[in-house]
Amino acid sequence: MLRTDALRAIYPELEDRIVVTIMGAVAAELYTFGHRPTFFYLEHAMGMASSMGLGIALALPRHKVVVLDGDGSLLMNLGTLSTLARYQPGNLLHIVFDNESLLSVGGFPTATSTGTDLAGIARACGVPRVEEADTPERLKESVVAALAGDTLTTIVSKVEAVGPKSFHMDLPLLENRFQFRRALEALRQRE
Amino acid sequence: MPVSVANSQLIYDALKACDVQIISALPETWLVHLIRMADEDPDMTLVRIAKEEEAVGISAGAHLAGVNSALLMQNHGFLAAINPIVSLALLYKIPLLMLISYRGHMGERDPWQTQGGMVTEPLLRALGIPIWHLTDPRDVQRRLKDAQTLAHAALAPVAVLLTRELMWED
Repeated sequence: MLRTDALRAIYPELEDRIVVTIMGAVAAELYTFGHRPTFFYLEHAMGMASSMGLGIALALPRHKVVVLDGDGSLLMNLGTLSTLARYQPGNLLHIVFDNESLLSVGGFPTATSTGTDLAGIARACGVPRVEEADTPERLKESVVAALAGDTLTTIVSKVEAVGPKSFHMDLPLLENRFQFRRALEALRQRE
Repeated sequence: MPVSVANSQLIYDALKACDVQIISALPETWLVHLIRMADEDPDMTLVRIAKEEEAVGISAGAHLAGVNSALLMQNHGFLAAINPIVSLALLYKIPLLMLISYRGHMGERDPWQTQGGMVTEPLLRALGIPIWHLTDPRDVQRRLKDAQTLAHAALAPVAVLLTRELMWED
């Protein structure tokens, strides 16, 4: 599966949600489908997207939060899975695109290319619902179900190590940061 | 364990006065009472993390969602969290209220704490992070409130160093 096809399939489920993505290809591809003020693209600090998602989910328990993570990023902060499993915010959906590679920095293979099983690690950490979705249809099904429910879910999707031609996004990171905070403030006001 | 309960309570009350609603923490001797107080407070969300880096992400998320938070860590935890402090908090102008137990400084008996103690303030200064020392119980409430105020005004991390004089009763 190409990640861009996966994102296209789930974009309608994401566009009205709070979304935190990792840097690189995921950010650029999501941006290409259409930026929303409730999308935050973490352009650095690898590994922190899921921790940010946890902070947002705890702060806004009545809103769903979707984290778009990657194998390289998650491997840099595996402890996050144990923390997520410990607090089990039911409003958090953690999607991991596993391309078995650090694509954005030259395509070096990660440990998932030699058998490290992120879904297995998430299960063993105690994440209550862990799914593997390797087609766009299957992913969409899992995402719809997770967003309809109230159970912390991690979905691991194997994708090809192919990224966009350009990583350019016409959105300076501080503009994204202030816009995102305002959008979340507006959500809070409407509660 | 001669960690000061009274001064831990002062710090905890000061955090409550700052409307802190989420505390991320990793256990360390000097922080035991503070963490217990957070755990026993039904109005506080305590997140027990696996590594201090996570606390930076959690506080960043909480801030962007409009909720005040604080980080409780040892100075070696601060050392472990430097990358996200730089490439998330400083890069994205995120206020962090970091309460750091200042191990390995004057009076330290544990040899293994001393190296971290000696580099803590130089590293905070290198990062341009303002430092408040908490040594006198009378300063606790004012200094924590002022630290949070500066963090929010500057949109930057601030460090409040919890010293031996305040935390440890010899």
